[in-house]
Amino acid sequence: MGAYAYLAPTSVEEALSTLAAEAAAGNRAQMLAGGTDVMVQMRSIDKGPRTFVDVKHVAEANELHIGDDEVFIGAGIASAVLNENAELKGILPGLIEAADLIGSTQIQGRATIGGNLCNSSPAGDTIPALIACGAVCVIASPGGNREVPTEDFVTGVGTNVLEPTEFLIGFRIPRPKGRTSDAYLRFIPRTEMDIAVCGAGVALTLDESGVCTAAKVSIGAVAITALVVPGAAAALVGTAVDDQALAAAADASSALSKPITDKRGTVEYRRKVVGVLTKRAGAIARDRALAL
Amino acid sequence: MSKVHVLTSINGDAVEFLCEPHQSLLEVLRDELGLTGTKEGCATGDCGACSVMIDERLVCSCLMLGVEAEGVEVTTIEGIAGADGLHVIQQKYLEHAALQCGICTPGFIVATKALLDKNPDPDETTIRYWLAGNLCRCTGYDKIVRAVQDAAQSLAYEA
Ligand SMILES: Cc1cc2nc3c(=O)[nH]c(=O)nc-3n(C[C@H](O)[C@H](O)[C@H](O)COP(=O)(O)OP(=O)(O)OC[C@H]3O[C@@H](n4cnc5c(N)ncnc54)[C@H](O)[C@@H]3O)c2cc1C
Ligand code: FES
Ligand code: FES
Repeated sequence: MGAYAYLAPTSVEEALSTLAAEAAAGNRAQMLAGGTDVMVQMRSIDKGPRTFVDVKHVAEANELHIGDDEVFIGAGIASAVLNENAELKGILPGLIEAADLIGSTQIQGRATIGGNLCNSSPAGDTIPALIACGAVCVIASPGGNREVPTEDFVTGVGTNVLEPTEFLIGFRIPRPKGRTSDAYLRFIPRTEMDIAVCGAGVALTLDESGVCTAAKVSIGAVAITALVVPGAAAALVGTAVDDQALAAAADASSALSKPITDKRGTVEYRRKVVGVLTKRAGAIARDRALAL
Repeated sequence: MSKVHVLTSINGDAVEFLCEPHQSLLEVLRDELGLTGTKEGCATGDCGACSVMIDERLVCSCLMLGVEAEGVEVTTIEGIAGADGLHVIQQKYLEHAALQCGICTPGFIVATKALLDKNPDPDETTIRYWLAGNLCRCTGYDKIVRAVQDAAQSLAYEA
């Protein structure tokens, strides 16, 4: 029987050697960010002993850079801190609104987008938004950092590409150029504090005449992982993102979705709603891009 | 199991305690330190009865490990009233009958304090969204919202 322990490394190097030492000793190590999934799971579906390795004191995981070409968001930064950063919110409004949807004020003060992704729930709200804006995961690994596009990170319900000796440092996101913007919408039966029935993230670029030159669409909670919808992006590119193009994008999302029936909605309902959300998120991203 | 030594600040006082690495801050406050004003409603982040402030940020103490309190400033419901009596927010909750059984009240009051510290003049929608993580079984929320509005006005008048 192992025991519980808590460690708070302050650098990537120290965190990696901590994970390696725990693995060598045969102990289970678990990264801890805001703890809003970890603590709930520790009381219900996952009670066993482990060593918590807190990412919040790792310097690199607390970095936030807004560069000319790239934005870096550390995995240890709480959603509330991101949401209070007006510049970041202006550049990536869709990603930040997804982060802002997670839980209450209290949850916002702790929860991270890194934890949301690493928890790898099919309904994780930031995952479609991260995929849409082209976020690349920077993973600390014993052999050096490695990078994985967000759409390839989650491998199944609650599983992802991380090895036990690895952890997520943060996200590299191409800084949106020109008239580029994003949006994320989810549907829940209440107005706050619930898990998505489905969600849709859209990022798109318009040229000077308002014609869409690039788009990425991702949908959540309608399959075991968030899905990229190439057909929806193709329906938008080359158009003015008008009602007809948005309707075609909606149909592409509905067609690609593979939802299940549970207490939050039936297969038919989710298929329909994910299309509606794609259409609405597309219109919001378009209007945001036009306003730039 | 080896206990961890933690040095923290609670309601302005330096506090040292020993806890298990997996004990929540809520358990430490209530069971180790006797600060039972902070309540446990769900222990899963849903009800807000356990709300405390960590360095000016509102959090659920049930979702935080006690060991994570190392080096931070914790404010609990016991730290809200002043030496000369109840805080205006507490007074207004009483005046507006914004509590019945009272189990949710410490969490609501700490959450209200966090809101008014950050935004002294919130509109009703802001108040309702800010408090969406605090559940009340008894009052129907309306009296709570009125108490918060009145407290905001009184604090603005005092300032
Ligand atoms: C009341 C409540 C409401 C919620 N509402 C929502 C919601 O609306 N939408 C939603 O999507 N989620 C919701 N959640 C779930 C949760 O808050 C989010 O998934 C949150 O983003 C998790 O982040 P965290 O920092 O708290 O992660 P943690 O709980 O710390 O970690 C989650 C998982 O990721 C791993 N992990 C964390 N950071 C790293 C890292 N840097 N490297 C490697 N692994 C890591 C952990 O080991 C763990 O397995 C809610 C939770 C609660 C309690
Ligand atoms: S006891 Fe912490 S939120 Fe309910
Ligand atoms: S007064 Fe009883 S739960 Fe709020």
